[in-house]
Amino acid sequence: MSSSVIAVNALTKRYAARTGTVSALLPATAGEARLRGTAIAGPRKDIGVVFQAPVLFPWRSVLDNVLLPIDVQGLGRDGHRQDAMDLLNLVGLQGFEGRYPWELSGGMQQRVAITRALVHDPALLLMDEPFGALDAMTRELMNVELQRIWMEKKKTVLFITHSIPEAVFLADRVLVMTPRPGKILEDVRVKSARPRSLDIMNTPEFGEHVRRIRAHFNVKGGIDA
Amino acid sequence: MNRARNVGLSVILFIALVSVWEAGVRVLQVPQFILPAPSKVAEALWRGLVSGVYIEHLYYTLVSTVLGFLLGSALGFGLGTGVAMSRRFEFFLYPYIVMFQSLPKIALAPLIVIWFGLGLSSKIVNAALVAFFPLLVNTIAGLKSADEERVNLMRSLAASEKQIFWMLRLPNALPFVMAGLDVAMIFALIGAIVGEFVGAKHGLGMLIQSMNFTMDVSGQFSVLLILSVVGLILNRCISLIRKRVLFWDPSEKEKVEA
Repeated sequence: MSSSVIAVNALTKRYAARTGTVSALLPATAGEARLRGTAIAGPRKDIGVVFQAPVLFPWRSVLDNVLLPIDVQGLGRDGHRQDAMDLLNLVGLQGFEGRYPWELSGGMQQRVAITRALVHDPALLLMDEPFGALDAMTRELMNVELQRIWMEKKKTVLFITHSIPEAVFLADRVLVMTPRPGKILEDVRVKSARPRSLDIMNTPEFGEHVRRIRAHFNVKGGIDA
Repeated sequence: MNRARNVGLSVILFIALVSVWEAGVRVLQVPQFILPAPSKVAEALWRGLVSGVYIEHLYYTLVSTVLGFLLGSALGFGLGTGVAMSRRFEFFLYPYIVMFQSLPKIALAPLIVIWFGLGLSSKIVNAALVAFFPLLVNTIAGLKSADEERVNLMRSLAASEKQIFWMLRLPNALPFVMAGLDVAMIFALIGAIVGEFVGAKHGLGMLIQSMNFTMDVSGQFSVLLILSVVGLILNRCISLIRKRVLFWDPSEKEKVEA
């Protein structure tokens, strides 16, 4: 599978159900999702999920939280401890591996969650509004960070968001979805070169993409009709 | 606030309270068998401790309390796990448990003496019976309180139900279980004492009863003093364990800072 960032711009409130379907937490209502040639029929070990909340386990240290998928899937901690440490370095959390979640800020906790989603080297990273709970400044910073991590790891990311600029900034493809029934309304290709800096938000192409996607929402008479 | 000054003030307050008590009893000439003066209580305490009588009885009470606590909490935790994790278990057994729970367990003490005799075992059973419910209820609540998002995370990792239990539900239930142990410890002491009231050859509860028959009120006061110290120490033991086990629990940190 080619590595790309797909941001699904959710018009509907049922975004959780949609990631749920792809990660097979919920059965699909119609159609079929395929990953690396096989249909997604149940929870899979080659998918990493990042939720809106960091969903860390408070009784586990940062490193132990990151190693959770390794423990669950019985992959052997010894072979993955170094990978986990490298990933923590990559997200800028070196020196924090022994800390506990309550000692971290919201942005740092979400970085731990991203690290945890990557540690078992999944084929697909599902991100369900991962930065929705962060303040606007941290959120922009995390967008840049995610891009940096992505350029390093080159994993396909399915990123669900309600923020149009976030989608356009991050994505190679932005899929605009309609509310009930959830259908793909438009497939927008964003061709800007990477790494993108936050400055591209001021360019005419960026504004054009945002304007075009937003038009769908206005037709509906508002967001989340 | 100045710590040394506070300690000093609380010592002064204690001395003042005891002095007022002592003076009141003397001036008003309250009879010994109604309210003994603190000096008389101290005297009885000294006599009991030096002669070794209190220590001997304390030993029996302590053994039945701790064993009853362990037995009752283990059963409460086990059954609670069954109820929380199995629909069938809950459906068929929970009604009986609730029925039994609304019964004052202390009322069973005479029966238990008939069944288990005057020795230690009836006290242990009594203590276990009262220690059982706090653990049961808290275990059920704790195991059922696992955050939906965390369960979803585990599912998304293709975790088995067994893994979800050991890696998520159980640690998540620990704050509840520890709170249950806190209550169960004190309950077990109550259960043991009541058992000794009803019929025993040893124990501080039995000592209180016999002192009551001889109108030795200062003796009773001195035993009560021992019991409250014992209760306090048992409670501290649980608190220490809890702090160790729940180092990650935010509510625990607030308590430490307070």
